[in-house]
Amino acid sequence: MAPRFFGVRGMLEGIRSFFKELAETHPKWNFIYIYDPVQTERVLDGLWMTIQLSVFCVILSVIIGVVGAWLQGSPHRWVRAIVQGYIQFFRNTPPLIQLLFFYFALGQFTPTITAADGWTVEPIISNVGWAIISLSFFAGAFNVEIFRAGIEAVPVSTQEASESLGMSRLQTYIYIVLPLAFRVSLPALNNNLVNLVKTTTQAIVIAVPELLYQLVSMYNDYSTAQNACMVLMFVVYITLVGILVLGMNRWERAMRIPGYGT
Amino acid sequence: MAANGWTPDQPIVSIRDVHKSFGELEVLKGVSLDVMKGEVICIIGPSGSGKSTLIRCVNALNDIQAGSITVEGQEVHDPNLNKLELRKKVGMVFQQYNLFPHKTAIENVMMAPVLVLKEPKADVETRARALIKKVRLEGKEDSYPGELSGGQQQRVAIARSLAMQPDVMLFDEVTAALDPETVKEVLVTIKELAQDGMTCILVTHEMGFAREVADHIYFTDRGVIVEHGPPATFFKEAKDPRTKEFLSQIL
Amino acid sequence: MKRIRSIPGLDATSNSDLAVLKPFRARAAGEADDLLFSRWIAATPGWIFAVMAAVVVAWPVAAYAQSTYTMGQAVDALWKWLPFLVGSGFLLNILISFLTMAIGTITGVVLGLWQISPHPWLRKFSWAVTQTFRNSPWLVLLFIVMLAFPFEINLGFTVILIPDWVKAVFGLSLPVMANISEVVRGAIQSVPSGQWEAAESLAYSRQQTLWRIILPQCFKRMIPPWMNWYAILTMATPLVSLLGVEEIVTLSRQAMEAEDNHPELLVPFYGFCLVIFFAYCYPIARFTISLEKRFAVKL
Repeated sequence: MAPRFFGVRGMLEGIRSFFKELAETHPKWNFIYIYDPVQTERVLDGLWMTIQLSVFCVILSVIIGVVGAWLQGSPHRWVRAIVQGYIQFFRNTPPLIQLLFFYFALGQFTPTITAADGWTVEPIISNVGWAIISLSFFAGAFNVEIFRAGIEAVPVSTQEASESLGMSRLQTYIYIVLPLAFRVSLPALNNNLVNLVKTTTQAIVIAVPELLYQLVSMYNDYSTAQNACMVLMFVVYITLVGILVLGMNRWERAMRIPGYGT
Repeated sequence: MAANGWTPDQPIVSIRDVHKSFGELEVLKGVSLDVMKGEVICIIGPSGSGKSTLIRCVNALNDIQAGSITVEGQEVHDPNLNKLELRKKVGMVFQQYNLFPHKTAIENVMMAPVLVLKEPKADVETRARALIKKVRLEGKEDSYPGELSGGQQQRVAIARSLAMQPDVMLFDEVTAALDPETVKEVLVTIKELAQDGMTCILVTHEMGFAREVADHIYFTDRGVIVEHGPPATFFKEAKDPRTKEFLSQIL
Repeated sequence: MKRIRSIPGLDATSNSDLAVLKPFRARAAGEADDLLFSRWIAATPGWIFAVMAAVVVAWPVAAYAQSTYTMGQAVDALWKWLPFLVGSGFLLNILISFLTMAIGTITGVVLGLWQISPHPWLRKFSWAVTQTFRNSPWLVLLFIVMLAFPFEINLGFTVILIPDWVKAVFGLSLPVMANISEVVRGAIQSVPSGQWEAAESLAYSRQQTLWRIILPQCFKRMIPPWMNWYAILTMATPLVSLLGVEEIVTLSRQAMEAEDNHPELLVPFYGFCLVIFFAYCYPIARFTISLEKRFAVKL
């Protein structure tokens, strides 16, 4: 006695009622996020938070990487020492504990402001803010080294060639060293950024409402939705990382220096 | 011609008692030589004798501790030197080609005139195409260095230097990194250049080539010029035992 | 006779011989065949330890100078809990890392060998498994294993309870397996194809070639990346605290609760967690790099 459905709306309606029935007949397969708009929104909110977190952290970590690589070339000893200390701290300790350390241990020192409602007090940096800071600094530490190695990979002789053609230091840097360094760094950079996106899941430890957090709390709320949440978790992250890796590989191929490497 | 009173009948490159050390190691111990306009000179000698260092000093890629090097009457190792002016006059080709791997052949050739001399792109492109034709690489304009053979890359490097329209060309062991079968195509290019009247200073191991092209040959060993002369006499009547020994090993 | 290029799963990479760009050293830690992670830890100058210790102890002292619960008390608390945190918490992290590495290595080697199997379906299957688990976030795999795995196994005559930390071992084994699989495949493919050709011309079978000729050559090459993955894995063990496993992070939290949750405790306790992982992974990284150097000479 399948009802008839017309158009896209009808089809969506059909899918919803199919999964609703499925949840009733097979209580272990309650795909609640498909037929319950509140849960759908939760998933989408989580996905959006994951994407935002990823995008902000990627941008910030790349900026940290560029600035850090530049500072590592500083003539001041102590500037180099500070950059070095930063790198060592962040890449040699587990990111999960970094998140905890930042949010709980350092978060207590940040000033608080009065919230919009006028009577609660909240810290100036939210848990999302701390996640972005912590994860960006984590990935940024790797980026500093990646960029520095990229710049070092450009042979001195190539720079000499450009100098002997009359290019200034700045021109050599802008037109020769940076483009080459960037291309050489790209595979490592992409790898690190993919890693960063995977690491955003760890923000769950300070209750950042990203996708993993939403799905975990969903199956805590609806124990019948456990399998369904698991499936979605797996599929979404594999798809997300898969798309990212494919895109990055394409970009790498497009940016590859012809005739070098395989 | 030049503001400093240099006229074409004086040496275009003049090297006077040049000393150069890397830390403790003294590689040039008082070297002097003159190159006239249109002359081709070859510097030969065992490795480590300071040949490459010498011509790198002419281009101010290395500095010197004492002595003087002038190009068209202009002192190269003047701290106030405008390096751009020097490098417009002096072109250099390297052993490892050192093309810019992320630019095509024609982009490599066009880059410096457009960026450094600020010449209009269309003019530069016409000149670049002519130069690529001159080094017999027509059809390879849009290839990347990594897609070219060593000999082809080296010829692009020559064209790249010529695009700056220099008065003097420096060649630093330009065939040393090449396969034997591609050495010849590069040598032919240089020979044609010499025949066109370009002033050339070559550091080379190709004795047959030196004998055929050079107007004058300098033999260096352990940082000094041991012996020099026109090829006809140099190869037959070498007097110094060090020269004789070197030539007997090579020839 | 079959050409060697057609040996399934083997396509030797050729490098350009043009020496214009220096070989590029740094790659991100996600790369299976590379030691960046260990190299970086190993490169840590000694003074970092002193600075870290100073930060953990001295800086909060200044920050809490005005507080009633003094930093001295907080450090005393840490000191009191230290044997418990290390002996009970961190040891579990180490135990988890050992077991995970053992399981991950055995399954990873099998998977890696399948990746160069002559059977196309086996090859495709193992490739897909490898890529799937390499590319999923570790935490997602942990949650899934935690949920999907039964908490007890009924063997008919007896019921075996599976504690959470054992499930965590299985969860962490999956990404380790996938990455070890890539290490094995990479190492085998790094042996020049001439070795396969030579063996084939001497009438060795494929199995004989693999076990007698190829694997002995690349075994040493696999050890440094294998140790590198061990260090990465150890750094990932705190993740299991999210699943309630009583390892160091979980116990630190419990200890702080037992000490009335003074905020002053946070910096020394979490700081100590950071330092202990660093101190454990540092010698391993140094050893990895020295091994790599030693093997590199003999190649």
